[in-house]
Amino acid sequence: MSQAVVDRLTAELGDRILETSDAFGEHEVRVAVKDWVDVAQFLKDDEELQMDHFIDLTAIDHPERESARFDVTLMARSSANGHRIRMRTHVDDGQEPGTLSRIWEGANWAEREVWDMFGIKFKDHPDLRRILLYEEFVGHPLRKDYPIDKAQPLVPYREVTDIGKLPPFGIEEGQPFARIDWEARLAGGDNQVSPAIGVQQGQRRTLSDSEAAQQIQARIDARLAKEAEEGAAAESADAAEQGSGD
Amino acid sequence: MGELKVIGGGGEVAVTTRLSDLLQWARKWSLFQYPFVTACCGMEFMATAAPRYDIARFGAEAPRFSPRQSDVLWVVGTISQRQGPAVRRIWEQMADPKWVIAFGTCASCGGFYDNYTTIPGVDKVIPVDVYIPGCPPRPEAVLDALMLLQEKIQANDRRPVVVPPRQILHNAPGRTRGESS
Ligand code: SF4
Repeated sequence: MSQAVVDRLTAELGDRILETSDAFGEHEVRVAVKDWVDVAQFLKDDEELQMDHFIDLTAIDHPERESARFDVTLMARSSANGHRIRMRTHVDDGQEPGTLSRIWEGANWAEREVWDMFGIKFKDHPDLRRILLYEEFVGHPLRKDYPIDKAQPLVPYREVTDIGKLPPFGIEEGQPFARIDWEARLAGGDNQVSPAIGVQQGQRRTLSDSEAAQQIQARIDARLAKEAEEGAAAESADAAEQGSGD
Repeated sequence: MGELKVIGGGGEVAVTTRLSDLLQWARKWSLFQYPFVTACCGMEFMATAAPRYDIARFGAEAPRFSPRQSDVLWVVGTISQRQGPAVRRIWEQMADPKWVIAFGTCASCGGFYDNYTTIPGVDKVIPVDVYIPGCPPRPEAVLDALMLLQEKIQANDRRPVVVPPRQILHNAPGRTRGESS
């Protein structure tokens, strides 16, 4: 990484660089979506910078943000100077940053992957099709509100007879922590198989602020409150019993 | 080879059995395989096929990369949703009688992948005869599966089975090394 790149960018482009940061020597600049392509072009063309090596382009979903839900990030390097830089922009759902595939050929597939996984379109991309998933797939699986256990089979599943596979495998296969039956759990059923999975459940709840997750959280809170109330009632009943025993 | 009857004696002996038994016997010792290898389990599949474990001892050494020439489909590794139609089609192209072995946990039940992209067990798409648990299974387990399949072919039994764990013999040679006995 290199402070020199950040310095050069802020000196040359001024307030088009909205934010700079340095985490453990990893330097990053943030730009507006409208400046995305121009700044990238500058990185590549500038005599001093010569960022000719496209490393990666990816996205991050932040469903908890009020606006501009996605971060799109670019990692670039200069093979002449050894400098690296990360460039980030905040993108709203439906907003389209321009394609970088005319600047670095390698951005073509990376942008297709971001489209496939996050549903972010890139303006003027030459061939924006899904790259990993199939055309029949509905939705974008790395969005955090995509249901974690939702599959979209291309071949309808066969009925499979129970042949005595041991748990957690069997008719309902897969990792148990991803198959939590929330309704059953809230009704008092316990299908938890190990304490570690409880941690996983906690992670899953906080991962997403989607409406479904909020509803589930509300129901859990209600249940915990009810249990606490009942616990308190039982305690006071115990105390009363002891009191009458004296 | 089913029930054998010996007729005659002295210099001239004939052995009779049922034609179906003879056929099944021939089938079980000449399993041409179609390896559908997609992931890490493939390494163990190669180990099984290589000389140390020598799958040729069971008449199953010949891989055929055309489904029309093969008898047993080895599904080795993780099968993604996108591969579902391909594996289904390969299975459909195989001529009867045909068998399917699900090699490893992923092929048997999806393993630790439970997400939008993995088929939770290839048996959701094609019928499986023998499941080999293990991530990946050791070559011994693979050979166990092959022998199990041979037994099932001889008995004309199409019920799916899981390869059972091997019994550990505590008094087997090598296990007691260093212990006074
Ligand atoms: S069962 Fe394990 S070794 Fe085999 S393909 Fe799956 S992850 Fe790889």
